[in-house]
Parts: sequence; structure tokens; C-alpha cells
Amino acid sequence: MASRTSETVTGPRSEDALPSSTASAVKIVIVGGFGVGKTTLVRSVSEIRPLTTEETMTQASVSVDDLEGVERKRMTTVAMDFGRISIDDEMVLYVFGTPGQQRFWFLWNGLFEGSLGAVVLVDTRRLEASFDVLGRLEEAHTPFVVAVNAFDEAPTYSEAELRQALDLPDAVPLLHCDARSRESSKEVLLALMRYLYALATRTETAQTS
Amino acid sequence: MTPDEEWDEGSPERLYVLTGGRSGSEDVGLDLVTLIVTRTPPQIGMQPEHQQILRVCESPLSVVEISAHLRLPVSIVTVLLADLLAEDRVEARAPAPSLPDIDIIKAVIHGLQNL
Ligand SMILES: Nc1nc2c(ncn2[C@@H]2O[C@H](COP(=O)(O)OP(=O)(O)O)[C@@H](O)[C@H]2O)c(=O)[nH]1
Ligand SMILES: [Mg+2]
Repeated sequence: MASRTSETVTGPRSEDALPSSTASAVKIVIVGGFGVGKTTLVRSVSEIRPLTTEETMTQASVSVDDLEGVERKRMTTVAMDFGRISIDDEMVLYVFGTPGQQRFWFLWNGLFEGSLGAVVLVDTRRLEASFDVLGRLEEAHTPFVVAVNAFDEAPTYSEAELRQALDLPDAVPLLHCDARSRESSKEVLLALMRYLYALATRTETAQTS
Repeated sequence: MTPDEEWDEGSPERLYVLTGGRSGSEDVGLDLVTLIVTRTPPQIGMQPEHQQILRVCESPLSVVEISAHLRLPVSIVTVLLADLLAEDRVEARAPAPSLPDIDIIKAVIHGLQNL
């Protein structure tokens, strides 16, 4: 394999360069099970070609067949897709598509803690895949909305049925989306932001009263 | 070379060499979306990865984008950035606080509506 030189890294396209006035970034996390449409949603809203970051995790595993019970190290590569949206000359929004398994989250320190909030993408064919994620977000006090991604063959439920199945309080927004559509995906992010606005104004009112 | 093969270069041994054995756990306060901006151009003799960072950060670029463009894990990029920050070769712009800030929320809503 040829040795890597600095020339092999192309970097961002010049039209993707952020203005030098960009002072700070914010992030939103899209979380859900495998195949639920995270990458598709990120691609729909991103202004840049979506990018991927990977982290390697070393897990100790003991083989059952191994009579000596020797610990082996198993390497798992975990990928996270993300995209970018310019808000104004001073602020930029990053949207991350993150695997639903909570044991991967620590690979990226502060991913949820440092985010404005999260979107939980749900596939009605595998509702149970979301239970763990919803519980963890509540524990972490990360505000979130739930978006049901529209797959053609998927069963349809009423809002009440979905709320009951997901044990979702009325206050948490629940909406339907098509991750392949930019408009629909944009509405999902806006639903989260309007929910955050409602939470923030409620907090302010509570503090001043 | 396919992207998959390039990722093979992320073997633990190679990453260990790139960072001089440092783990990346030392906290330099960099978030995934801390924006990095180059202050001084790359110089001959610098470690290639340091040169690459200085090149891609001519305009503000987040830590996680650096990771994607250099095809290195964020944990390694953080260590490389700590070197450059210590030498004042790059500037780091911290992310906006995640606490509910009405002005930030309003700006994001406005920005998304214009998408
Ligand atoms: N019918 C339909 N298919 C979708 C939708 N969103 C994603 N898909 C498809 O579902 C598959 C998995 O999506 P992907 O975004 O890769 O899922 P991820 O694993 O969560 O990142 C892809 O083939 C997508 O084209 C949707 O809203 N409707
Ligand atoms: Mg994906």
C-alpha cells in the first residue's frame, strides 16, 4: 500500500467552505435502529455531501468453546454519518445520524449532552427497536421528538396506539415523515426546534413567576 | 484505492504511531463541532497529518469534518489538534451552549425555514 502523503487528502470543496465569520456550531442528533432512515434524512437536509466518521471499539469477549476461558479482544468499527446546514453568517448546524445502541454513544463524548435535542426515527415494523433509545434519552434529559418514517409496507397505527406502544407522554411531539423528502425531513427538524422553543419559553416563565 | 481500503489504515498500530502513543483521553475541551481555523500555514518537516489539518482548516471546519476528510477517528484528531493548539497554529471556536437559549433556537428555526 502506498504511503499516505498530505496530497491524498482533498478536504472540503471550495463551495462548501464556511465563511470565516462562522463563530459557533450547534448540533442535532438523529437516532434510531439500523435501516430506519437516519442516513437518508441526513442526506435530505444536508447542504454538503454527507460525511462519515468512524471510531473503533475494542471489546473483550470470552469464547464459550474456549475451555481455558481466554479473553479475546474483538474490534468493532462504528460509523456515524453527518451533514451540515448554514444557519447564518455566524452559526452552523450539524445533523448526526447515530446508531440506536446506547453502548456506542460513549464513543463520541458529549454527543447527546452537547446537542440541542434529538429526533428518534421509528419504523412501525420494528417499534421495539426504539424502546431502549427513548428510555436513555429521558434519563439523559435530552429533549426529543419522535418521527415515524413512512415505509410502504409498514403497518399504520393511530397516534393514540403509537403513543401507547412507545409509552410516549402527550407533551412529546410525534409526527410522520418521509426521510427521502427534503421538505418532510426539514419539517421534522423544525418540529424539534419548535418544541425546544416551547420548552425554553416555559422555563423562562417558570423562572420569572 | 477504495475508501474501504483507506480505512484499513486506521489500524490501532498506525494510530498509535500517529499520536506518539497518546490515548486521546486527555481533555483539551474539544467538542465534535468545535470549529478549527488555521492561523499559520503548514511548514516543511511537520508531521503530514498536522500539515493536512492546517490545509483543510483554511476556512472554519469542525473537528468531526476534519476526522471525515482525513479518515481518522475523532479520538486521534483531537490529539493532533492538541499539538497544534499548544503551538498556537490553529484557533478553536467552541460550540454554542446547549442550554435552551431562545435566540439560538429562533436563529435555527429561521435558518431551517430558509433551507
Ligand atoms: N419507503 C421508504 N424508504 C426509506 C425511507 N427512508 C429511508 N428509506 C430506505 O431505507 C433504507 C435504509 O435507510 P438508511 O437511511 O440507510 O437507514 P439507516 O441505517 O438508519 O441510516 C434505504 O434503502 C432507504 O432508501 C422512507 O421514508 N420511505
Ligand atoms: Mg446509516
